[in-house]
Amino acid sequence: MTTANQPAAYRNDFLKEVEANVEEGHMVKMCMQCGVCAGSCPLGSHWEHSPQKIFMMIRAGKREEVLTSDAMWMCTSCYNCIARCPRKLPITHIMHGLANYAHRLGLAPKGQPTRDFAVMFWNNLTKTGRVNELKLTLGHYFKDGIGAGIKKGLEMKGVGLGLLKAKRLNPMEILGGHKLQDLAGFHAIVAKAREIEDRRRGLSS
Amino acid sequence: MSEMKTAAYICSGCGIGDKIDVKSLEKIATREGKMALVKSHEFLCGEAGVGMIRNDIDNEGVTHVMIAGCSRRAKTEAFHFPTTAMARANLREGVLWVVAEGDEHDEVRQEMADDYVRMGCAELKKMQVPAGNPATAQNKRILVVGGGFSGMTAALAAAEAGYEAVIVEKTGELGGWAGKSWKRVPGAAPYADPQDTGIADLIARVKSSPKITVHLSSTLAETRGAPGRFAADVATESGSVTTEEVGAIIQANGFTPYDIAKLPELGGGTNPNVVDHAGLEALAIAAKGDTIKRADGKEVKSVVFLQCAGQRDDSGKHLPYCSGHCCATSIKQAMYFKDANPNVDTVVMYQDLRVPGMGEDFYRSAQQKGVVFTKGKAAAVEPAGDGCRVAFRDLILDEDTALEADLVVLATGQVANSGVNIELPDDDPAKAQKTSVLNLAYRQGKDLPILKHGFNDSHFICFPYETRRTGIYAVGPVRRPMDAQQAEEDAVGAALKAIQAVENASLGRAAHPRSGDLSFPKVRLEGCTQCKRCTVECPFGAIDEDEKRFPLFNESRCRRCGTCMGACPVRVISFENYNVDTVGSQIKCLDMPDEFSEKPRILILACENDAYPALDMAGLQRHVYSAFVRAIPVRCLGSTNLVWITDALNSGWDGIIMMGCKKGDDYQCHFVKGSEMAHYRLSKVDDTLKQLGLEPERVVTHEIAITDNVRCAQIINDYVAQIMEIGLSPMKGFG
Repeated sequence: MTTANQPAAYRNDFLKEVEANVEEGHMVKMCMQCGVCAGSCPLGSHWEHSPQKIFMMIRAGKREEVLTSDAMWMCTSCYNCIARCPRKLPITHIMHGLANYAHRLGLAPKGQPTRDFAVMFWNNLTKTGRVNELKLTLGHYFKDGIGAGIKKGLEMKGVGLGLLKAKRLNPMEILGGHKLQDLAGFHAIVAKAREIEDRRRGLSS
Repeated sequence: MSEMKTAAYICSGCGIGDKIDVKSLEKIATREGKMALVKSHEFLCGEAGVGMIRNDIDNEGVTHVMIAGCSRRAKTEAFHFPTTAMARANLREGVLWVVAEGDEHDEVRQEMADDYVRMGCAELKKMQVPAGNPATAQNKRILVVGGGFSGMTAALAAAEAGYEAVIVEKTGELGGWAGKSWKRVPGAAPYADPQDTGIADLIARVKSSPKITVHLSSTLAETRGAPGRFAADVATESGSVTTEEVGAIIQANGFTPYDIAKLPELGGGTNPNVVDHAGLEALAIAAKGDTIKRADGKEVKSVVFLQCAGQRDDSGKHLPYCSGHCCATSIKQAMYFKDANPNVDTVVMYQDLRVPGMGEDFYRSAQQKGVVFTKGKAAAVEPAGDGCRVAFRDLILDEDTALEADLVVLATGQVANSGVNIELPDDDPAKAQKTSVLNLAYRQGKDLPILKHGFNDSHFICFPYETRRTGIYAVGPVRRPMDAQQAEEDAVGAALKAIQAVENASLGRAAHPRSGDLSFPKVRLEGCTQCKRCTVECPFGAIDEDEKRFPLFNESRCRRCGTCMGACPVRVISFENYNVDTVGSQIKCLDMPDEFSEKPRILILACENDAYPALDMAGLQRHVYSAFVRAIPVRCLGSTNLVWITDALNSGWDGIIMMGCKKGDDYQCHFVKGSEMAHYRLSKVDDTLKQLGLEPERVVTHEIAITDNVRCAQIINDYVAQIMEIGLSPMKGFG
């Protein structure tokens, strides 16, 4: 039953892995399987697994299934589950922590829109230290190719022109946009933070 | 009491005088009630009013007092004249507060009040002050059957209160199951870790107590007598017999774990790596806090607890009930492993995790320690490699799956050590298989009655340790499944109950629920036909048979419910202050309107424990009901003698409502079987009605709880409407 990546069923191995590597992962074991989170989630019916099931799967040692699930990526951070959990589990944080861990391991589902957008957002932000909204929007419109991008852009034309008129959108940002003064320093900070985080999690990348 | 002098006191306070003609009541008490002295007062329960009554008792030689005012349940402290017989006419809760307001109701309201005064006077003249039971018994020692946790706790509680206790233990040592456990579920904050069982300390205290005698390797060969004068033959294994004289008995002989051999599909009895809770405690004791090893000496690296094994089973094959303690016990045992080595994989597989009391904290603590809880139902346990493979359905992930473990623990339930089922016929093989615990020399059988699922008697709703054998109290898992903490409470509670019983017996008074009652059943043996109805129907087994086959009353076993009186076809059983005549005379004294008056008369016989208070409360909350009813409280519906029904119908009453407590397995009857007996007897009343040429609807029974005040007003009103539809009784004018 045991394979290299799939721990034995209902042993503590995967639970311990989650505790060590996932934000708030030590709280997973405190779930009492009441199902209030699953019933409270406004997007519940659109997920593969509810938080209740994800927590049970972690205890059951279903490593592959948990880390490849789309469930964590569908969380909109509405915090309904946290507010209602009788055991005070920080469910939203755990879900994001699991998503992050799956992403690092390269197990997160490919082409998952939330994940793609998150990567795009991170890259956009860390490039200049400021979010370039024009580039982010365009990058999002054109992610599925030029044709689809033009179509989407025309659809949103009214909103764009409105923003332009209200001076909420600067077309000159396309040329690179505003940025931090000490960009090299900022990049060094981000690199250091990643290094610390990886060390803490025992990852060497 | 040499000479009887009666007096009636009518209160016009609380608004009675505004709505009811008190002068007319006085006239009735004098002329019809034939009271020697009749007085009215505007504030009878006040100092002056009570002083007036007391003065009449002390100086005028009044022996019998009829008070017309509030309900007999009100102002009992003011109207407390222990040397005097007393009847109460309920003008306030029973008339003033329930009859509709307005002048148009004045006539019926007055008639109702008049009748209650008539009834009060009639009852009073048939009453005597109870002289008390001369056959008091003075033994105040307490016998405890079973030397386990419950038994020792009960004995110590009795000893600390100053009463001698005798423990009879079947095995060679004290301690019971708790003594065979490594630790117990915590009973104090922070409810986080298993705690010491405390058994060694208990044993030391029992052994050093000068008030406690212990008989080891002993059983009860025979138990005779009644509260205050039990004699128990204690037989040792070697055959010697000592007789212990005691006043009350506490049965604390505990439980036996359900036999795991009955669960072969879960490896019980076949797989050496499958044990029950008791089996695991033995392994834990052997490990002494270190890593737990299996019977074959291998260290346990993974363990699975299967909850509800052979319990909560609806197929009829295993125990149908939940034993209540097993979830917490499994959590405790999982902690044995985790505390010794956090790397041991421990899984508790449950269907519903039930941890009563502060168990939720204990559950959380186990989760902190890394015990995995899986909602699942095990299908099979098979040997696999060096350990076991548990096939189960994961109820959260909704799939059939399996896991492997070195050791499987089955959380089996508690089976009560309840002795023989006395309700089975003697030739039933199931009866012969069991050994009696108490070996009572009672006509009704050797052991306490069994209530449900093989557990001994217990009045679940109101009085948990009370059984149907006065002075014998069941505690601990023999009366219902429970853990040590609950058993501790049980044991102390029962010890106090036993003390009450011996004290009451020594004064010739009744035990609960008529605590302190000095009346007791008297039987006129000349009239007895030896029909045995009283001995059979007595819910408490108080009545034996003497050599001539007459009923032999054991007064201190009696709870004064009057079920024997209701059962007696020749009406030879009576209480001094409650008998066939006290009620019968009330039924017959009414001023019965004629058939064409359109004024029916409905008799209510109401149980004084629940139904009568409910009626009073209907008044208190001003729920209006018909002024055509007249309520008479009875000690228990079981005391209703059929002659009252016949008398009432013959006297022209138009209908009878019997109000008693809920019967059956989830009974609320204070006397357990009283209301059931009444219902049974009344099932035969249809024949009587037929003989009289009356409709079956003329006698109805209702189960009334103490909270049913709105409902009983509704029942009355609906019934009066029904009687009006049927028409008034044609029997009027013959009585």
